[in-house]
Amino acid sequence: MGTVILLALTGLGLAALYFLVASGLSLVFGLADVLNFAHGLFLGVGAYGTWWAAGNLPGAGPDGFGFVFAVAFGVAAGTLVAILVELVLIRPLYSRTIEQVLVTVGLSLAGVALLQATWGADARPFPRPDWTRQVTGILGAQVPNGGLLLIIAAVLVLGAILAFLRWTRYGLVIRAGVENREMVTALGIDVRKAFTLVFAIGGAAAALAGALGGVYFGTVSPGQGSSLLIFAFIVVVIGGMGSVVGSAYAAVVVGLVQQFVNYYGTSGLGDICVVGLLAVVLLLRPQGIAGKVATA
Amino acid sequence: MEPVLTVEDLSVRISGLHILQGVSFTVAPTGVTVLLGRNGVGKTTTLRAIVGLTPPAGEVRGTIRMGAQSLLARPTHRLVRGGLGYVPEDRCVFAGLTVAENLRLAERRGTSPAYDRVFALFPELDRRGRQRAGSLSGGQQQMLAIGRVLLNDNRLLLVDEPTKGLAPKVVTEVAEVLERVAESVPVLLVEQNLAVVRRLARDAVVLAAGRVAWTGDARELLLETALTKSLLGVGTGEAHRPAGANRAPVAGKDAH
Amino acid sequence: MTLLDVTPAPAPAAPRPGLAHRVRPFLPLVALVVLAILPYSTISLPGIFEGPVNSPGTLQLLAICLIFGGLAAGYDLLFGRTGMLSFGHALYFAAGVYGTDILITRAGLPLWQAALLTITGGTILAALLGAVALRTVGIAFAMVTLAFAQVGAILVARDFGGLTGGEEGLPLDVSGLPAGLVGVTNTVNLYWLALAYLTLVVFVVHRVSGSPTGRVLAGLRDDERRIGVLGLDPYRYKLVAFTLAGGLASTGGVVYVLIVGGASPHITSSELTLSLLVMVVLGGPGTRWGPVLGGVLYMYLDHRLTAFGTSDAVDNLPAVLSHPLSQPLFVLGTVFILAVYFFPGGLTSLAPRLTHLTRALKPQNTPR
Repeated sequence: MGTVILLALTGLGLAALYFLVASGLSLVFGLADVLNFAHGLFLGVGAYGTWWAAGNLPGAGPDGFGFVFAVAFGVAAGTLVAILVELVLIRPLYSRTIEQVLVTVGLSLAGVALLQATWGADARPFPRPDWTRQVTGILGAQVPNGGLLLIIAAVLVLGAILAFLRWTRYGLVIRAGVENREMVTALGIDVRKAFTLVFAIGGAAAALAGALGGVYFGTVSPGQGSSLLIFAFIVVVIGGMGSVVGSAYAAVVVGLVQQFVNYYGTSGLGDICVVGLLAVVLLLRPQGIAGKVATA
Repeated sequence: MEPVLTVEDLSVRISGLHILQGVSFTVAPTGVTVLLGRNGVGKTTTLRAIVGLTPPAGEVRGTIRMGAQSLLARPTHRLVRGGLGYVPEDRCVFAGLTVAENLRLAERRGTSPAYDRVFALFPELDRRGRQRAGSLSGGQQQMLAIGRVLLNDNRLLLVDEPTKGLAPKVVTEVAEVLERVAESVPVLLVEQNLAVVRRLARDAVVLAAGRVAWTGDARELLLETALTKSLLGVGTGEAHRPAGANRAPVAGKDAH
Repeated sequence: MTLLDVTPAPAPAAPRPGLAHRVRPFLPLVALVVLAILPYSTISLPGIFEGPVNSPGTLQLLAICLIFGGLAAGYDLLFGRTGMLSFGHALYFAAGVYGTDILITRAGLPLWQAALLTITGGTILAALLGAVALRTVGIAFAMVTLAFAQVGAILVARDFGGLTGGEEGLPLDVSGLPAGLVGVTNTVNLYWLALAYLTLVVFVVHRVSGSPTGRVLAGLRDDERRIGVLGLDPYRYKLVAFTLAGGLASTGGVVYVLIVGGASPHITSSELTLSLLVMVVLGGPGTRWGPVLGGVLYMYLDHRLTAFGTSDAVDNLPAVLSHPLSQPLFVLGTVFILAVYFFPGGLTSLAPRLTHLTRALKPQNTPR
């Protein structure tokens, strides 16, 4: 029983990480049709931003409020990079989907190389509060606190994004734009402002994933984003592109399948099952679980 | 009277195909001008070019002016804010949003939305505010598509096949609404239903193979059974009055 | 079929009179001959290659460049000529590399059997995965191919059944190979093999794109609906292209494993597919020589920039500059982004532009 609980909760921790990356990807893709390979870079910037701030920024540190401040710095850095990427690189290529993908591909290659050039290719120990290294007993399972932190953060982010989409004017524009971008402009709305916004939201969520993922894994390395990104892509496709709620469901399914199969089967088999799941979903429902509707 | 919209020598090419080739016509400042033609002749492309929605692979040439102001190469949202209302083909309401949200989307900062005007025309929209637009009937969706455009003041409305796929009774309702709307705003209408055209249209522009084939008085066109048939591929139904049939059709003055 | 005939051929070169014009069709042949006799030259090109041209090190680098030229040309069959954005092409290359390696090293098969089985297997794999992936289009297709390729990467990295050697890679057991393909002194034979592979790919891609099938593929790239309207099934044509490109990539893998003498897991990474995309776009998608040029140049720069990055010239720069410059992927990624903005047609689109430029500068020399 304890094992099942532990696997379920660590699976949910993984799911939380996937969700933080996938929610932004999904919104960016749903609204702007941009398959953003540079999303892993936002994650890397968030992780390294936090890491750097904890060591160098006055007031920031690996513990207590200093740690919160360091994470906030990392998230701000990731958000800023995301906004700059949209404004400088994506916007001039408005509506030219393939070129936009190509640019994000180049950016992911160059960006990761830049992180590597600056901080080296090897994994570095991540600064983290002591309590995140400990475990909490839940129903007989000893669950790492870092994973619980991820789950809580993901639930909060999910709630915040849904509230934003549901209650604000820009949220309305984004939901409508995911359904039919052209019609939004035909109502007199400059939909490109919403593009910048979803990049910012996605960048912030990914950067948070980077910071908390660093806490969870205990290390940070330049390639971390790219390996997470592929599973985040799978989550986005299974969940239905453009659907935040779909991403949340899909992240949970993918995280749990991966964790359980990797434990009870062979290591690595879970990852393959996830891709098999993707193939099945595509064959049965090419539009994903939720289809391309932000509200469904 | 100065036309509200002037289209001159408009050519649209989309991924190598010439959809429109040198189309010229004007839209009168009052009443309904109808854009006619067989399927695939470029009617929707014309409306979309006017409102700046030609796909990125497309290339637009010529001039489009609203009053003295050139519309070409300006982003769609600016054009719409400048008073160009667009009701697209197939309604394109946001199916996942509620009726109220669909309307709220059309609100603009700095101007107060004319909900009273919209709800006076479509009381149904007021009652169904919390219903998802996707669950509305086709006629109700069309009302919503027109209603959200009427929340703001417009100098010209572009309406693309508003009666497509609707039941006959609903077609009549939509036509009535458009008739009332056209009392205050000029309308450029794409319409296949000739009964609706007869009821609403004053001027007609007929496209054939990407060019203007005929312009003139809409009722006059409909009286010319043979001409209508050759241009539109349809009969005019009950219009069999022979009077005026010996008059030569007004040739499209800018048809190339 | 008239609709199909309007699909544009690769940008026609500006007509030139006289000798140059008559020689032009034979240029590929001349290039082939030059490349074939290159190993007999002992010229040193300091700065470009480290040893003389016929030194084993240089020949191996050239052979790798030629392989990637061929790979890029095969990938262009999907991207540039059919408009399919696959992010999983590395999988079929890796299947060729690991398939050959495993069959020779683990199963002890002779080279020709291993090669035959691997190429057949790689082609069947491409057909099967393509059949699933092509149920989606556009960006979803890109993601699905990426996910499939990821399975390959996981299979290799986790070393199921102890076949792949995991992170360590799998050195090729050369004891059973033909003597002419083994040893440093025989690098020249591998070089010729790589050249033959490149020639094969260019020939196949050229023949396919000139055939009626190729015109349908080009039609799919420009506007898929038009092909549907003509009563042709886009799915089948795309599957043919996908399978063929997969088979060509597997073949490349067979040659590559011989050249580098083993398999390592980095060839299964998504980064390699992304690199293929970069090669094609840099060279000029949908052109005959662009992707080849892009592939060769990319691999060359990838190897040489590493050396350049550790050279004194770069080391003496301030750290802000020298560190990024020592990362080939940073330089290539940046060049790639600039290319997307400033020369979307790739390198091959620069040649006609340069011609225009020189003509504009010398109007009196312009014929007509």
